[in-house]
Amino acid sequence: MKQSTFSLARLLVLVSLAVVLALFYAIWTHSTDPGNLSIIFLTALLVAAVFSDARKMPAFTLRKILYSLAYILFLIKEIIKSNFDVARRVIQPVMPINPGIVPVKTKLKSPIGRMILANSITLTPGTLTVDVRDDHFYIHWIDVTDRDEQGATQAIVSGFEKYLEVIFG
Amino acid sequence: MEWYRLAGSILSLLGAMFLFLGALGVWRMPDVYNRMQTGTKSTTLGSILTLFGLGVYHPQWMGQMLILMLFIAVTNPISSHALARAAHHIGVPLTKKSVVDELVEEEPPQESMAEMEEV
Repeated sequence: MKQSTFSLARLLVLVSLAVVLALFYAIWTHSTDPGNLSIIFLTALLVAAVFSDARKMPAFTLRKILYSLAYILFLIKEIIKSNFDVARRVIQPVMPINPGIVPVKTKLKSPIGRMILANSITLTPGTLTVDVRDDHFYIHWIDVTDRDEQGATQAIVSGFEKYLEVIFG
Repeated sequence: MEWYRLAGSILSLLGAMFLFLGALGVWRMPDVYNRMQTGTKSTTLGSILTLFGLGVYHPQWMGQMLILMLFIAVTNPISSHALARAAHHIGVPLTKKSVVDELVEEEPPQESMAEMEEV
């Protein structure tokens, strides 16, 4: 069988997936007993052996990890901003909305990068991803300031793409 | 009262406030898509803050709360995207206030297209 050929990359993927799974389970159950933890880790290894796929593993570099952390902070900031934005719109007697669906174009190629971008757009102020077709996202925008595709892309997507292009580039 | 109890209570209260504003938005907004917007955003931060406040109040629960917060942050936008896409696909019209709808369905349902032309 070609699949079971031993390789360092495959082992690394397997072990890292198993560590993440075991960590989640251990936190969830408050396990501290060493015997318990070793059983958890062995089970996680078994699950990881079935589900890990070395081809889907992104290459890790220090730069990507730093950008990922920066991206998470950026996203938290955007989520908080979007909530105050919603609150501001909702409590006014005449709601200041100017909604519409606009297309934006993404430069990202990797499927997981696009998924993260689409979800991030949904979490940011006044935008909701309605559909994805090829290179275009269709965004429901609560306050359309620019109907033009380029202008909308600049306003909605470029802040995230700056980070995601490095992480999934 | 210990300080972390107070901090946890305040955080949970803040989360509840955002959830209330989200509910208010769902009630006041004119159409499905705008309602989805307020619904998604305030439930994300609202539930995250409530859970975080609970984790501060009971420090031994913090691990579980962090995992729950992660799951909410990952799944919430996916569900609202799926709902919005389905709504647009079956031809739920946008509100009359809408300025533009660039998303054209492959086989547009007749009545919804008529609605859009009036806008």
